[in-house]
Amino acid sequence: MSTSDDIWILGIRMTKFGKHPDRDVVDLASEAVLGALADGGVTMKDIGVIAAGNLMNATAGIGQQLQKQVGQTGVPVYNVANACATGATALRTAIMAVKSGEVDMGLAVGVEKLSGAGLLGGGGVAKADGDTWEPSGRFGAVASTDGRIGTNTMPGVFAQIGMEYGHRYGGTTFELFARISEKNHAHSTLNPLAAYQKQFTLEEIMGDMMISYPNTRPMCSANCDGAAAAVVTNGATLARLSGEQQRRAIKVSASVLTTDPYEEACQVLPNVNTLTRNAARIAYEQAGIGPTDLDLVELHDCFATAELVHYDNLMLCDEGGAVDFFESGAPWRDGTTPVNVSGGLQSKGHPISATGIANVWEVCHHLRGEAGDRQIEGARVGLAHVIGLGSACGVHVLERSAA
Amino acid sequence: MSQTATSARVPLVEYLVIDDGDPYLVANECTSCGARFFDRRNACASCSGTEFTRVRVASEGELRTFTIVSFAAPGIPVPFVAGVVDCDGTSVRGNVVNTDPDPDHVRVGMPVRLTTFPIGTDRDGTEAIAFGFEPADHHTSTSTDAGSE
Repeated sequence: MSTSDDIWILGIRMTKFGKHPDRDVVDLASEAVLGALADGGVTMKDIGVIAAGNLMNATAGIGQQLQKQVGQTGVPVYNVANACATGATALRTAIMAVKSGEVDMGLAVGVEKLSGAGLLGGGGVAKADGDTWEPSGRFGAVASTDGRIGTNTMPGVFAQIGMEYGHRYGGTTFELFARISEKNHAHSTLNPLAAYQKQFTLEEIMGDMMISYPNTRPMCSANCDGAAAAVVTNGATLARLSGEQQRRAIKVSASVLTTDPYEEACQVLPNVNTLTRNAARIAYEQAGIGPTDLDLVELHDCFATAELVHYDNLMLCDEGGAVDFFESGAPWRDGTTPVNVSGGLQSKGHPISATGIANVWEVCHHLRGEAGDRQIEGARVGLAHVIGLGSACGVHVLERSAA
Repeated sequence: MSQTATSARVPLVEYLVIDDGDPYLVANECTSCGARFFDRRNACASCSGTEFTRVRVASEGELRTFTIVSFAAPGIPVPFVAGVVDCDGTSVRGNVVNTDPDPDHVRVGMPVRLTTFPIGTDRDGTEAIAFGFEPADHHTSTSTDAGSE
């Protein structure tokens, strides 16, 4: 592949994450999109394809709504939904369109309004049992099974994923998981776009409301509103743009999406490990780098228990070595492999469809040297990871422009 | 408690068998590769085989992971222990019952066994029976006292 086929992020923007009671999803998406276009020095007229994600209202056609709000140019729209990997899927869709040669420039956007959404995965109010026991559904259940045969809640599912890692390799404790959360909340104090910028002591985290042991409330991702958007292009197009655009463009060295291959137990408790490991392996091969080359990583810490297993899945440590990796201080912002310097999903927040582009924005921000107080000095290569249950995993490796 | 000793009983889910001696779970096993599923498959997710046979799942196993759910959808009693049990190579999702729901009493790797208990009676007098896993060193194994803690 020639350098003219390389994929570049030309412009990228995330909104402030948090509560936006006065703005709807179209307003938020528009802010991110207009921001990304301005950041890249282009307009909607330059965009050949749009990929858009909004999970909570996936049938509403957010892409077309967005066009009506900021520019109806008649280009194709792909509305995508892939659980918590929706944003990364939108980005990957735009990248594939550019890579195929059908368009020179693509736009990806993800947006969610999630403030006050409460517990996800529990299905809202428990279904009341009927007057008579009538078998229904694939399991022929005569009554609701959530809470009777395990849990459907996200904090509960991911708690089991972290506890299972502890069972396999040892060394995990409630306190260890709480310390991972302590790190991310500390990191967020430097991020003005984070939903929460409050530092928590370990005692505060461990003493907060227990949601699903060992995850207390601050150890869970923060439901909030937000959007993120990116403009992608190819090397040949970038070469015709200004020196400033070329200097700030970020190379997409790898763009990977995987699902989970069948393994025993994967349909009983979601296996978030194998598909992440597969995505990471492919991404490192595509990029021609290894985990030790990474200057920063934004990974999908939807719960403190999830961050631990992804140190291992992304091969930031030896297999089974995630606890030691954390204990070494490596994932703190002054460590050898800073992880979630944005504050992560626990503190920056997790407006689902925005997350998979916002974490790319965070990495780009550092690679451009524009991250202000939280800048990781000299950052050249970074990785962004998301996972959506079901499952889908997106990994993007990003590199600073040599220009 | 059931209203009469002869009232009808139904399992909470079809893969719980309660009318064939000691209760047990069943799975649909792919005849080609042995992958097991608790609901139907048109083709095997592992090998694409299309023939399945109904097999009995071991009723004793090891608790491979768990969480203690303190916050659930309204109407679901908390706290409860949700977990995954390795039943001789077949992973089963279920609650850990008949023990205090705290990390001092529940630990990964602990031996557990299947138990059943009633969850209520409908207007026709039919009792629904659910399953869970209790510590294998637990000595009260009759099915009727299991849900009472």
